Amino acid sequence: MHLAHLMSAHGYFFPIDDHVLTVKNDSTFYRFQTPYFWPSNCWEPENTDYAVYLCKRTMQNKARLELADYEAENLARLQKMFSRKWEFIFMQAEAQSKVDKKRDKLERKVLDSQERAFWDVHRPMPGCVNTTEIDIKKACRMNKPIKSTKHLQLGLAGGRISPSVSEADLTSPVETLKHDIDLLKTRVDRCNFKVSKAAESFISYWEQYQDYDPILIPTDPPNPWVSDCPDYWEVDKFAKEIPTKRVRRWAFSVQELLKDPLGREQFVKFLEKEFSGENLMFLTAVQELKCLPQKDVNTKVQEIWDEYLATSAPVPVNIDSKSMNNTKKNMQNRDRWTFDAAAAHLYHLMKSDSYSRFLRSEMYKDILSGGRKKTSVKGGIRSIVHFSKGKDAPPPS
Amino acid sequence: MTDGGLKVEQPLESVEALSREAEGLKVKLEEERQKLNDVPLTTVAARLEPVTPLTIKTRKVLKGHQGKVLCSDWCSDKRHLVSSSQDGKMIIWDAFTTNKEHAVTMPTTWVMACAYSPTGSMVACGGLDNKVTVYPLSLDEDVTQKKKAVGTHTSYMSCCTFPYSDQQILTGSGDSTCALWDVESGLMLQSFHGHQGDVMALDLAPSETGNTFVSGGCDKMALIWDMRTGQCVQSFEGHESDINSVKFYPSGDAIATGSDDATCRLFDLRADREVAVYTKESIIFGVNSVDFSVSGRLLFAGYNDYTVNVWDTLKCHRLTILYGHENRVSCLKMSPDGTAISTGSWDFTLRIWS
Repeated sequence: MHLAHLMSAHGYFFPIDDHVLTVKNDSTFYRFQTPYFWPSNCWEPENTDYAVYLCKRTMQNKARLELADYEAENLARLQKMFSRKWEFIFMQAEAQSKVDKKRDKLERKVLDSQERAFWDVHRPMPGCVNTTEIDIKKACRMNKPIKSTKHLQLGLAGGRISPSVSEADLTSPVETLKHDIDLLKTRVDRCNFKVSKAAESFISYWEQYQDYDPILIPTDPPNPWVSDCPDYWEVDKFAKEIPTKRVRRWAFSVQELLKDPLGREQFVKFLEKEFSGENLMFLTAVQELKCLPQKDVNTKVQEIWDEYLATSAPVPVNIDSKSMNNTKKNMQNRDRWTFDAAAAHLYHLMKSDSYSRFLRSEMYKDILSGGRKKTSVKGGIRSIVHFSKGKDAPPPS
Repeated sequence: MTDGGLKVEQPLESVEALSREAEGLKVKLEEERQKLNDVPLTTVAARLEPVTPLTIKTRKVLKGHQGKVLCSDWCSDKRHLVSSSQDGKMIIWDAFTTNKEHAVTMPTTWVMACAYSPTGSMVACGGLDNKVTVYPLSLDEDVTQKKKAVGTHTSYMSCCTFPYSDQQILTGSGDSTCALWDVESGLMLQSFHGHQGDVMALDLAPSETGNTFVSGGCDKMALIWDMRTGQCVQSFEGHESDINSVKFYPSGDAIATGSDDATCRLFDLRADREVAVYTKESIIFGVNSVDFSVSGRLLFAGYNDYTVNVWDTLKCHRLTILYGHENRVSCLKMSPDGTAISTGSWDFTLRIWS
């Protein structure tokens, strides 16, 4: 049915008595289009052809050939457009209709309808699906050479204009080639990852996340779009405990933990007990910096430097000398990525150190076992009651 | 004159040497890649159980546009949508109740792209006017009063998104560049040159600290960019026609593309190559938009033949077809929590599937 519909929409066959090219599952009669008129023959009919066709229709005084309203409108518009050529179009139409008259009646009827269907595809009735229309983006591209010159004269009403000449065009071929070679070299160096390894990683990602895909697995509360009940989105408001499933997800990666506001909250508490909260605070500040409007960037860079990195910083973070030198250099030329190297270093440190200790901690195990109330702030104390390992357990605060 | 002649000669020689070197490296790269292409993805995935039968249906139909819907985007609240249409309107929907909350008349009827900001307090759009314009959303006053043009390209703007912040917009354009703009000042923070044709789509890397994004265009290439330096760090080729859509795999390790050549493909960033092609002989229409489910196992693709095809990304076969739209599917997006897919179509409607 879908296929039949599509074939009809593209004009391979058509309903005999209707301008709308669809297929209905009733006893309507359909006729096949002659191969001459198939769109696969790369037809790109012109307005003049259309004018000739419409003109011809007006000459033949028959009820079945009468113009529909929209066609009459089109004819009037075309007449205006081609006012100078109209005589020529009229003559052509006359000649065509003469040829048509020589054909026998049945053949003429079939041909008429096939021709009509052809135009229904290329000049469809308003409100109908138009299959011959091209995407606006693609249409722009076809008209590009003309367009681009026009655009250059446009005013700069809003903001700046992006440079139209690519940088590659401006530099010499040697530079471009050298750049290409560097790129190729890094690509050759990067060649160490087998497709099988990539495949395995996709599979393990799937295994980890399959229970978290609402399209595949029924959710609890049920999917709001299916059940028409928004509970799923409001579960945070009335649930007392953090669902185990959600807590388990925190162990997938640091990112998963920090993405969940509750996970982040718990992790911050854990770090506070360890007296190592400054790393996360620094990372959060760096993340905030990236999201600031340009005018505030400079001040924030200074703030972050004073707070965490300067020699007299109240909350110092420990980064290696390489990242430190790097950052010092960046401070000469400040932007939103000044602290990126330092942040990357600390992120890695947090991942391999605090994060893995968090996952092994009694605190996490406690939340995981579901015994813990979401709202209880002092929950950490309880975990101390049955702690066993000295180093991993958070010190009483 | 002789001076100039000498100067020209020297680069020519080194150009030759350098191109030779580049050619050599290309050959080596191809060899290395061949060595690493050991087992196809489908073989490795053969051990997996098939996906449980899907029961995806149309759950909501959003009617109200008077023209083709060309783009849509989800709000981070998981239930609001913004859509832009050729009738020159941008509509903010509560998709859950199907109510229209704002209808914004835009300066141009040719708006090709729109985007919701991360906080949901503003939307951006642009198109044939070459500009990207932001509209802060408020219930009390006419939103068009506070509109603000942020950036201007030298050709139409085909796609836009807010990278993790309401303060910046990333755009792709028919002038074959992408650009990062500061919303407040309209300053261009970075521009990205490298495509040889119009940029059609872009997507941000899913990691929170990620500074990379991918773009796809009419040069049949998908490029990975570093937002900090403006440099292209990786490129993928293989499509036989324009790339209309690009999307990061949820882990951030791969990208999916949809193209006019009627295929979707999966490119792995670590293996630096194409690892899967999603195609069937019976599919001859172009792909306009692709997106993944949360687990990355399902790839949804909107086609020019009015359908949405759902692919098993690992076993590389089609799972099901979603029928409903009565014209081309122009845009498709997974909701932020993965509970539903929205599609927009040339039939003037949007649909929510789940």
